Amino acid sequence: MSIQNWARLGLLIVAVAILVSGPYWASRGTMRLLIEVFYFLALAQLWNLLAGYSGLISVGQQAFVGLGGYAMFSLAMFAGVPILFALPLAGILTALIAWPTAFVAFRLSGPYFAIGTWVIAEVYRLVFAQIPALGGGSGISLPAGLVKAMASGRSARESLIYWIALAIMLVVVLGIWIVMRSRVGLSLSALRDNEEAAVSVGVRTRSLKFVIYIATAGMTGLIGALIFVQKLRITPEAAFSVTDWSVLVIFIVVIGGIGTLEGPILGCILFFVLREYLADLGAWYMIILGTISVVIMLVEPRGLWGLILRWRNITVFPVTRRK
Amino acid sequence: MEWVNAIVQGILLGGLYALFAAGLSLMFGIMRFVNLAHGDFIVAAAFGTLLFVDATGVNPLWALLPIVPIMMAAGYVGQRLVLNRLSGKDILPSILVTFGLSIILQNLMLEQFSADSQRVSAGALDTSAISLGGGLTVGTVPFLLFLSAIGVIAVLNWIFAKTAIGRQLRATSDDPETVGLMGLDKRHLFGIAMALASAVVAVAGVLLAIKTNFDPAAGPIRLLFAFEAVIIGGLGSLWGTLLGGVILGVAQGLGAQIDPGMQILAGHIVFLVILVLRPQGLFPTKRGS
Amino acid sequence: MTHLLEAKSLDAFYGDFQALFGVEFHVDQGESVALIGANGAGKTTFLKVLTGLLPVPGQSLSLEGVDLTALRIHQIAARGIAMSPEGRRLFPSLSVRENLQIGASVKRPGPWSLETVEKLFPILAEKANTPSTLLSGGQQQMVAIGRALMANPKLLLLDEVSLGLAPVIVRDIYETLPMIREQGTSVILVEQDIGQAVAVSDRLYCLQEGRISLEGKSSELGRDEISAAYFGRAREAS
Repeated sequence: MSIQNWARLGLLIVAVAILVSGPYWASRGTMRLLIEVFYFLALAQLWNLLAGYSGLISVGQQAFVGLGGYAMFSLAMFAGVPILFALPLAGILTALIAWPTAFVAFRLSGPYFAIGTWVIAEVYRLVFAQIPALGGGSGISLPAGLVKAMASGRSARESLIYWIALAIMLVVVLGIWIVMRSRVGLSLSALRDNEEAAVSVGVRTRSLKFVIYIATAGMTGLIGALIFVQKLRITPEAAFSVTDWSVLVIFIVVIGGIGTLEGPILGCILFFVLREYLADLGAWYMIILGTISVVIMLVEPRGLWGLILRWRNITVFPVTRRK
Repeated sequence: MEWVNAIVQGILLGGLYALFAAGLSLMFGIMRFVNLAHGDFIVAAAFGTLLFVDATGVNPLWALLPIVPIMMAAGYVGQRLVLNRLSGKDILPSILVTFGLSIILQNLMLEQFSADSQRVSAGALDTSAISLGGGLTVGTVPFLLFLSAIGVIAVLNWIFAKTAIGRQLRATSDDPETVGLMGLDKRHLFGIAMALASAVVAVAGVLLAIKTNFDPAAGPIRLLFAFEAVIIGGLGSLWGTLLGGVILGVAQGLGAQIDPGMQILAGHIVFLVILVLRPQGLFPTKRGS
Repeated sequence: MTHLLEAKSLDAFYGDFQALFGVEFHVDQGESVALIGANGAGKTTFLKVLTGLLPVPGQSLSLEGVDLTALRIHQIAARGIAMSPEGRRLFPSLSVRENLQIGASVKRPGPWSLETVEKLFPILAEKANTPSTLLSGGQQQMVAIGRALMANPKLLLLDEVSLGLAPVIVRDIYETLPMIREQGTSVILVEQDIGQAVAVSDRLYCLQEGRISLEGKSSELGRDEISAAYFGRAREAS
């Protein structure tokens, strides 16, 4: 290993150590914010894996956030599964539902895939609004007893959720990094550069994209489950919100830099900083975010990370191979 | 009788959906481009109608006079200045830019007009009805709306089949590179195509304002309806798109008859079923052959 | 005198890949010039440069003394360069007549019109309303040439006219070439078939790996000379 790589590893370990010890130094508010940062970063990386690396431009990932949340509530409330077990189960269940969903969505390609995934997410939203046992359109709360059974006391529960969110984020980021360094990553970059050529040298486009779509859905479902365990209440509007789980996530990736691992991290940090200062502006906040991402797409489609690369050729996650 | 009525209302509603869809279909057909802000532009035209009627107090149909040319000019300029920069093999930039535009437009309208649901009155037309015999009556507004959808599609088909610009647009759809060899500027033709699509968007917006309630967040669902009508009808045929709109409208009408909460869902489900069984759509034909 | 078309020491690139090296080339008024060379020698690239499909900013390329390198594809077409492209590239959703009509989009005055083109290729009048996709290969080639003529070009580029066609059809098509030249149109033709190229051209250029390897009057060049320029080192090695 080169000195550079040792330095990189050292920095990574220090950063993770600081984050892991969060419950010991962070206030309750900071922890809440960090949990949100973790799951937005994980969602952004997953969307980036789909759109940036695999050419699957989905505007319907909210389907899987919502499915994960509802699966979580159903498992805990009707099947009596303890929340800690229900979380991974909700992810698996979401992946299982994503399987037939993919068959429908993959009938469409390119821009129509994007709108098709959005329709599918709407269908799930409308379906869950029709289920009386889950509170229909007005939603349902997680019974206090189930929540209390998670951990001894409120602060222990919050620490637990914090660690789970952190773990999910790290698994997603490092997982995608490892995948992108493997043969799969090589196939994906081949696909991105030239789909026809990649197919002709034996990349199995369709099945590869299929697997990525389902795996991404499963992880998105797991994150959705955690989000609504933290929120303690789920409604179809919140669970399948296109604004929260697609618009903001897409803005984060686009602003930071699509098709890189560093971009979404940068975008996520910037997003939360902007929100801290601008969220009070309401509609103008969204107009500003939208304008930034449109301008970035027009000026530097590789995002802020692309701008940094223009200035200095650095990398945090050595994935992209040099020519 | 209620069911027959639901079907008739659904057919008429389908005309409006076909209008939403025609603009989307034009853009994709000629430029291989999908505008995710399509629905928001329709709603913007509806708000334009509201402003016009508030300012002049005349029948909202007169709003077509200023709004259609304004939208056409805006479409042409927007295509030349912004969207032409995005046309190319990679579809990602155009999807993400129009998605961003959609959010910007929605929030600008929210800022300007508040989240309240709006409606434009067409005066006596609103309440008048036409009897189709057998106890079946339809509202004059939905009926006129359906006729105008047919009219718009007939005009578009005439433009494509009979005029020089239509010929050039079809050629551009086939092979934009070779069109350049003919001495035609692809960027200009894309601008014309967008202007044409924007004219349809303007008409759809004005009629939407007369037909129903709308609010700043009403765009995305119109995009989805337009998209569903296009896919159900099959790409490349505007009459197919009209039938796609009608099928969607009828599905929604019947869904609402079963349970009001089922209206939109029923439309989506019919769309998904058709997508799975017949992904090429029900009436796929290639224009001009 | 100024040539109709003149390229001086022209280089062309696809990204980092250089496809043409220092090409010196000219065509005079009324001339028919053949461009031959093996696959990948740069013939089609050269035609792409002439039509603006492959931009070559900063290079020296002019039509009647006007710099072409700053113009876009459609502006070059409007100045009088028309092409029958390799593979014909007809518009499939247009009928035969519509394909011809769209060729006249530049609205240049001249001898060629729907009437005269359909006289040159009578079958095109017969099939006027047929979708272009339903024609035979030879008929499609006629549409492609007719479509280019409709622009009343000063310079007509014919890319691989004979490709995939039966010899008798190729002969029919090339028989129209004198009638086209009679109207004062200059022609550059790219051909795989060297015999055909020599027969219908006044002068000939041979491209080899992006460089001009031979230039001369078609009637004065010997077979061996052409073969050597065509195959280059591959021949020396064998």
